[in-house]
Amino acid sequence: MPVRRSILGIDGPQSLARSLRDAQYIADEGLATAAYLALALGKPLLLEGSPGVGKTEAAKAIASVMGRELVRLQCYEGIDASAAMYEWNFPRQMLAIRQAGSDYVNLYADEYLIARPMLLALQTPRDRILLIDELDRSDHEFEAFLLEFLSDFSISIPERGTIRASEPPVVIITSNRTRELHEALRRRCIYHWIGYPDPALEAEIVMMRSSVVARDTAHRVVAAVGRLRAEPLAKPPGVAETVEWAEAATILNEQGVPWPRAFARAIGVVLKDQDDLAYVAPNIDRLIMGSAA
Amino acid sequence: MTLPRPLAPFLNFAQALRAAGFLAAPEQTQSFIAAVGLVGPKSLMDVRRAAHATFGPPPERHEEFDALFDEIFLGRVLTAPAPGEPEDMPNAFDAGAFEPILAPEDEEPSGADASVAERLFARRFADDESEALRVFARRLPQALPRRRARRLMRGKGRLADPRRTFRHMMRRDGEVARLLRRARKERQRRVLLLIDISGSMKSNTDGALRLAHALVQAGEQVEVFTVGTRLTRVTRALVRRNREQALQMASGLVADWDGGTRLGEALQVFLSVPRFAGFARGAFVIVISDGLERGGPEVLRQAMTRLDGLAWSVLWLTPLAADAHFQPRTEALRAIAPTIDRLGDGSSPQAIAGEILHFAKGGRR
Repeated sequence: MPVRRSILGIDGPQSLARSLRDAQYIADEGLATAAYLALALGKPLLLEGSPGVGKTEAAKAIASVMGRELVRLQCYEGIDASAAMYEWNFPRQMLAIRQAGSDYVNLYADEYLIARPMLLALQTPRDRILLIDELDRSDHEFEAFLLEFLSDFSISIPERGTIRASEPPVVIITSNRTRELHEALRRRCIYHWIGYPDPALEAEIVMMRSSVVARDTAHRVVAAVGRLRAEPLAKPPGVAETVEWAEAATILNEQGVPWPRAFARAIGVVLKDQDDLAYVAPNIDRLIMGSAA
Repeated sequence: MTLPRPLAPFLNFAQALRAAGFLAAPEQTQSFIAAVGLVGPKSLMDVRRAAHATFGPPPERHEEFDALFDEIFLGRVLTAPAPGEPEDMPNAFDAGAFEPILAPEDEEPSGADASVAERLFARRFADDESEALRVFARRLPQALPRRRARRLMRGKGRLADPRRTFRHMMRRDGEVARLLRRARKERQRRVLLLIDISGSMKSNTDGALRLAHALVQAGEQVEVFTVGTRLTRVTRALVRRNREQALQMASGLVADWDGGTRLGEALQVFLSVPRFAGFARGAFVIVISDGLERGGPEVLRQAMTRLDGLAWSVLWLTPLAADAHFQPRTEALRAIAPTIDRLGDGSSPQAIAGEILHFAKGGRR
């Protein structure tokens, strides 16, 4: 197994965590360790977690730390090779035949090949990071196909032969865990489950993401969101919602709405489901202010 | 070949993981050992994080994983892991501690009324093979509703297939002979079966589970949950082909046999776990319950409204409907009437099978 202790000057989980923080992303030690190991061992990083905990953000931050472009492949049911790997540019091929007349023309030259995210990452592993987003939305056929890609980082194009990566590209996979991914895939990856951050960390994230939010507001929003997440809601608020709630309440407060009211008025930013709003409405003061109120 | 002694605990750990049913392939062990070297290790916490990253235990089994880790690396023997599959549920629904009561009860809860007592005991299934279930399994794949999938396949359809057309053309020196087409594939709709196992459903649960097994075996994407005072996913047990084994495993997973029903609350829990709610989206939902609810009907109504919004269709089967003059009289059933597409007979596996086949074939009334 090829092991590289230092990747672009990153020589351990702590140094990666520091770099990520410079890229405006606060990673806990578990995530920093998993991400560092994935880079050092040259394995794909599989991030699972509830919607809105910052899986895609983590991938963006890692790309920014490494100074590489992030190529994102959004998965959906029925995603296939022509959307994920490559596609021939048929109209141009047709035109080329017409123009060539009796001359020889290579219809499978690079100019007729449209590279999709997986092929792009393979061709230029030093410049790009591949993000395979929400893999749980794809079907089993695509997962099996991805497995093949991840095991030897090559793509075979019938008309061209096999294209191999000069070095394994960095691959980050995210999943909301709406279904279990196949064991063979999980086994190949370095895995991290991103949970909701603990309150202190989340408050830090809020303040980093939004410069207008005061420390006190951040802490109160984080506590309120924590109480909301303990309720059986259809859409528990993610970290992005926490940040938006803190911002929205701050703006309302600047316009003259007094404090606890500002939180309640901005609730639409954090709960985006009519049933959830109706469920929370009777207890809103308790949820926002804590048991003391 | 003898291995260096310091490696022993790492290999033992992988073995222990495998024995406990975790995923621990040789390549993961290899990664783990390499990872430990990479992260320092300055403390045991580094080793633990490396283990989490390389073996990737599912979040609901983190505690069990850590206990094994402590046992191997700290020599600390901890309690045995809890049986069953604790799903990632929100803290709000903690329906009491897990206390199996093995002694048989003298006094059975009355069949007519939902009982408050949470009776947690394992129980045996009556062995009953029925022709009806075989017929059901045979007919089901054709009967189940289908939906259009995103995947394309060659054949007659409205969409052009440029790649194949182009290849075809090349073989004829660039002459466009005909346009080849492709069509969207069709797939079975997901089926979600919720079985009420409270005391008032006592005489029906065995049959319902046998039917559930047939359903899981015959359908492509089926999930089965039991609902009593808590919610238990039993699909994992029912995928076993052997019915005896499957039902035995299922009965081992369920801890709240014949207790009271808090259907509304259990459904709310179901809906607040994103991956479960995601499964219900566009699914054919079947509920087998008499609708005798301990909680208020309002909670149940809210949950059913949300479930109805997600689902393709909701079929509610109650054993009480075996009576031809049955009218939904209980408060809960009346409250949820607008959210269900059909209220049918759930008195026996045969009746349930008949209802499902009929409804699935387009008998939505």
